[in-house]
Amino acid sequence: MAYLVSHPDEVKIVSRRFGQGAANLDRYLELDGYKAVQKALAMEPDAIINEVKNSGLRGRGGAGFSAGMKWSFVPKQSAKPKYVLCNGDESEPGTCKDRLIFEHDPHSVIEGVTIAALAVGAQTGYIYIRGEYRYLSVIMQKALRDAYARGFLGKNIFGSGRNLDIYWHGGAGAYEVGEESALMESLEGKRGIPRIRPPFPAVVGLWGGPTVINNAETLASVPHIILGGAEWFARLGPPKNGGTRLFCLSGNLNMPGVYELPMGYNLKKMVYDVGGGIPNGRRLKAVVPGGSSTPCLTADEIDVNMDFDSVAKAGSMLGSGGVVVIDDAQCIVKFALRTMKFYQHESCGWCIPCREGTDWLKKTLLRFHAGGGLKKDIDNMQYLAENMLGRTFCPLGDAAAMPMIAFVKKFRKEFEDHLEGRPCPYEKEGAVEQLPVFAH
Amino acid sequence: MKFSDTFEVRFAEMVTHYPTKRSALVPTLLYAQDEVGCLSDEVIAELAQRLELTELEVRNVISYYSMLTTKPRGKYNVQVCTNISCLVRGGEEILHHCQKKLGIGHKGTTPDGIFSLEEVECIGGCSWAPAAQVNYDYHENLTAEKMDKVLEEYRRKEMQ
Ligand SMILES: Cc1cc2nc3c(=O)[nH]c(=O)nc-3n(C[C@H](O)[C@H](O)[C@H](O)COP(=O)(O)O)c2cc1C
Ligand code: SF4
Ligand code: FES
Repeated sequence: MAYLVSHPDEVKIVSRRFGQGAANLDRYLELDGYKAVQKALAMEPDAIINEVKNSGLRGRGGAGFSAGMKWSFVPKQSAKPKYVLCNGDESEPGTCKDRLIFEHDPHSVIEGVTIAALAVGAQTGYIYIRGEYRYLSVIMQKALRDAYARGFLGKNIFGSGRNLDIYWHGGAGAYEVGEESALMESLEGKRGIPRIRPPFPAVVGLWGGPTVINNAETLASVPHIILGGAEWFARLGPPKNGGTRLFCLSGNLNMPGVYELPMGYNLKKMVYDVGGGIPNGRRLKAVVPGGSSTPCLTADEIDVNMDFDSVAKAGSMLGSGGVVVIDDAQCIVKFALRTMKFYQHESCGWCIPCREGTDWLKKTLLRFHAGGGLKKDIDNMQYLAENMLGRTFCPLGDAAAMPMIAFVKKFRKEFEDHLEGRPCPYEKEGAVEQLPVFAH
Repeated sequence: MKFSDTFEVRFAEMVTHYPTKRSALVPTLLYAQDEVGCLSDEVIAELAQRLELTELEVRNVISYYSMLTTKPRGKYNVQVCTNISCLVRGGEEILHHCQKKLGIGHKGTTPDGIFSLEEVECIGGCSWAPAAQVNYDYHENLTAEKMDKVLEEYRRKEMQ
């Protein structure tokens, strides 16, 4: 069970029912549960899509694409069945928010999937939950059973004459299957190798049918939009960045935790006020603003508003909402090494720039951090990462390259400090013991 | 090959959820592994036959997913996250502590078969770092002392 925190600046919408026992269906109903679905049932599909479009809701999975827009790409007529697929693979390092939604408010996800299905004319939905989250799949399976028992799912939902089945599905350990096309492969019982696009999933998705894929938090926001109205939701954040976000504050903070803050909340305030600042009298070195795939910001760069557009302007990405705070006791080379080790491990191996690039970066950093670095390695790493950008089959290659480039560009001095056999200046107990790590 | 009744009920239901049988493969493999201890030749043959796949296709899928294994692990698989949020809060120290305490390395198993150890990628415990999972149970905000207690607890469970 994950601990809950709170802060006065929070605007609790998606997290409104956290800690209130809403996994229980009766309790959920007391807390306005399933009202949004009933409202949506009386709406035209296009009206639902417009409402979501106007709300400014953008994907919480990482890319920040307009949810309403995505739904509108689904063809009205389709020979093949249409699907809604909830992405609960949550594996981006630094991200632990979907976990709380599944734990505390599973019915809100079911409701979100239902509304998406009504909007695009799908009769089947899947909620994919990563394999490590076994306790959450137990909670979700019960929530689904309860919803079926009340007639909220199945045939003739809420007596509306419409049918909708929603099923749970589980993963078995793989970051890459969080990528939407790999997610579909995984659900079809295969290795998570991405598909070429176009065609996009909204047109050709699961088993060839049009498929809407959204993150769990995106879908859990939808019922609130339907009940509260697009305008209300849009106004919670800056233009084109509607609503709130579950920010996962982690790393060297006094009060890490998952906080729901309005879109556009200032990052500096997030670190020093909401997160309680840096412990042990240490100082801030850098912040990774949106999960491990996003370029880090230095201590001087964090006066930025946390919405998709402002963070992009600052040269990074809002990403998945994982804010990782790094203090001045940490070694950036080591941090980069751990990050690249992750991408090397998770690369599906399909395309060469990603498979070989992440491996080279990891190996170079391993040697570099252990004191065997050469000056030219620094430029080589940057050059290599820059050449991965835009040259891979799926965005995982970029996700590895972008943070790497930022580490080298922004912390070159720290790389140089490691040169010529000097032990890492940050390592507490002298030279690093590099234990062999076997891939798989 | 015999699975538990719970497995059979879940399996029978699961295959009705998809237009193709093989879609049930990944979650089913994990449930089978939890029961048998690993994905033995026998399990693979059985599931391949049930889902109308070749054994090679099943093995191909198994090798992709990090939680799936064809080799037995200890009864309690200790999975320590050392990814970024955990790294900066001492995740590596927790891993090294476990290595010393259990006398095994990454993917090793104690001779008595009680514990296995694994260094894992982010498990979604970032805001409560450093985090670890023992089988499916989360243990968070870890310190070396807390980790000792956790391991003790499982060992005691095993002795009973
Ligand atoms: C390597 C990789 C991993 C991803 N992992 C996740 C994930 O775990 N959860 C998620 O919702 N989206 C993840 N995404 C983003 C999805 O591809 C997709 O954009 C998203 O699920 C769409 O939902 P949204 O528009 O609601 O954000 C990942 C993308 C990439 C490239
Ligand atoms: S970029 Fe990486 S993860 Fe994506 S297809 Fe290529 S090898 Fe696979
Ligand atoms: S980084 Fe360790 S749990 Fe997320």
